[in-house]
Amino acid sequence: MSSRDAILGRIRSAQTLAPPVPVEVSRDYRLGRTLPDAERRELLVDRLVDYKAHVHTSTSEDLPVVLARILTDRGVRRVGIPEGLEPSWSAQFGGAVVVDSTDRPAADLGELDGVVTASAVTCAETGTIFLDGSPGQGRRALTLVPDLHVCVVAMSDVEVGVPETLARLVPDRPITMISGPSATSDIELERVEGVHGPRTLEVVIVG
Amino acid sequence: MTALGMPVVPPRGSGNLRGVKKFPDAARQELSNPQLRRNIGKATHTIRAKRLNVTGELPDWEQLRDAGAAIKADVLNRLPELLIRLEEAVTARGGVVHWAADAAEANAIVTELIRRTGSDEVLKVKSMATQEIGLNEHLEAQGIAAYETDLAELIVQLGHDKPSHILVPAIHRNRAEIREIFLREMPGVDPELDDNPRHLAAAARKFLRHKFMTVPVAVSGANFGIAETGTLAVVESEGNGRMCLTLPQTLITVMGIEKLLPTFRDLEVFLQLLPRSSTGERMNPYTSMWTGVTPGDGPQEFHLVLLDNGRTAALADEIGREALHCIRCSACLNVCPVYERTGGHAYGSTYPGPIGAVLSPQLAGMDQPDDPNSSLPFASSLCGACYDACPVKIDIPSLLVELRHQKVEHARFGPEAAAMKAASLAMSSSRRWTAAQKAAGLGRVLAGKKGKITSLPGPLAGWTDARDMPAPPKRTFRQWWASDEGRAALAEAREEGQQR
Repeated sequence: MSSRDAILGRIRSAQTLAPPVPVEVSRDYRLGRTLPDAERRELLVDRLVDYKAHVHTSTSEDLPVVLARILTDRGVRRVGIPEGLEPSWSAQFGGAVVVDSTDRPAADLGELDGVVTASAVTCAETGTIFLDGSPGQGRRALTLVPDLHVCVVAMSDVEVGVPETLARLVPDRPITMISGPSATSDIELERVEGVHGPRTLEVVIVG
Repeated sequence: MTALGMPVVPPRGSGNLRGVKKFPDAARQELSNPQLRRNIGKATHTIRAKRLNVTGELPDWEQLRDAGAAIKADVLNRLPELLIRLEEAVTARGGVVHWAADAAEANAIVTELIRRTGSDEVLKVKSMATQEIGLNEHLEAQGIAAYETDLAELIVQLGHDKPSHILVPAIHRNRAEIREIFLREMPGVDPELDDNPRHLAAAARKFLRHKFMTVPVAVSGANFGIAETGTLAVVESEGNGRMCLTLPQTLITVMGIEKLLPTFRDLEVFLQLLPRSSTGERMNPYTSMWTGVTPGDGPQEFHLVLLDNGRTAALADEIGREALHCIRCSACLNVCPVYERTGGHAYGSTYPGPIGAVLSPQLAGMDQPDDPNSSLPFASSLCGACYDACPVKIDIPSLLVELRHQKVEHARFGPEAAAMKAASLAMSSSRRWTAAQKAAGLGRVLAGKKGKITSLPGPLAGWTDARDMPAPPKRTFRQWWASDEGRAALAEAREEGQQR
């Protein structure tokens, strides 16, 4: 007998010995919440700052200038972008712009000073940005290996709570949820930012 | 099922689910380590306060707990169909699903998969399941070097040590000890390294960065597996998880069969419950979700190993199976007055604390009277703090009481049974009771000046192994009743009653 059949058989034995008691899953927790733009923005900014992320706001017209200023202030000379990033976003940046491709070894990404990407959807209540590998966000390694991640969040993609945010995802895409820079509290519970992921997260909220 | 169609209890699990000593003996040793008690005390109190803050700010926290508990009960009810659905979904997306009946089989499957990559090194994401099956030790014996990439797990691994907490495995170490371990054990470490946590973390980053870029295979656990879509999720803080789940060519995930959720939507409950209960954060820094293989992004070969290892045996116990709802958040450890003082090592298993005290005996059994696991259900004051803290409302105190009952049932002729029998005999006759009370006066001799009996002789020793006994009173109540003092007190009370 295969282990698959053995395990499924064991479960059936167990359920004969201790029959399942049917349960009703009640979903009376908060669902479908909405808030006006200004309140969602305020909530999101509060959470992001709490996580030690750096937060900027911009109009869509000013975005290329804002992005260029952030990169310059951070001393970035080579910035990586995903293939599908809106071309105007990197147009104002004076340094080298490297367009990522899947045949570039991940180790080479470490030579980039930073990376600029869009994002899929964001949860205001927890300050969590979701990436799903769509054009404009690139493959997962691109936002992981470089030390600086500059992430653009459109207000139209900001939801209030976790349920509303998850409902907007396409489940079978590779999803990365980001809440601030990487961190550890493993040594005497003292929080240290920037362990293996990017040390710095800059978020630009647009709209 | 047997040939006759009678269901039999599935076999128990093996691996790191049992200590070598009974809890009281192991605890006594741990209690004499003041550094450990300081660290664990500080850690548990800090996380406790953070957890209360972030759970308190959600007005629907209790509704989320109810939903979480119900979803997990539903998973166990529909386990066969959900596992098959998960298998179909993962396979449809280019993943390969393996089934492991026990620790040995899981280890063999993972070893073979690593061998096929041609690598003698493997990256590890922190995982309780692989701790449980002793994967690292097995790989080492097979000539494969497994590198733990979580900072705390790395500290534990380099220190040739065992984790003491589900969430912060190196909580028993202080910064000076960690510096010593790094200087002694970490290849290529800067000999000038000091004990600043920031610098220690940077040393780990530097050491592991090269491994992330060069080792072609990683092994992870899973926090959740979604039956409906075949999606797996790993929840973490440092980014080592993202590195392992993204950069290697081959990914092997070992998941206990109870870690399922029926639908993707169910994550809306658990991604609120888990981070807030675990680290006391609104959300952990990083969560990765993946479904099979994504061309051009991440590992191009994905294997999922579904692990039984005693879970089906736990499922066969209608009370005990509730322990399988556990999402390994560690909230129960952080509120437990026993854990706070002994730390995790005393429990002898991968799973310490209150949940460990119910899960380890469930998974690995405790049928032999001298089984260290049979002492775990007694490693609790039954104060109930763990039940209040549990995000999926596992009634740990009730499970502990049930396990104590099972233990006593098994050990029908043990010292407790003998003591209870003697007590019932003495209490059933007034003459015997008076004689017994007189004899109890001898206890004062045992107690000596400290007024406590810390070890009873012979078969009664079992009682004082884990608790001190107060010295018997100088006089029994009956002796006092018959004395001048007693009579005077009664006369006084009578008069008082008449004056009212």
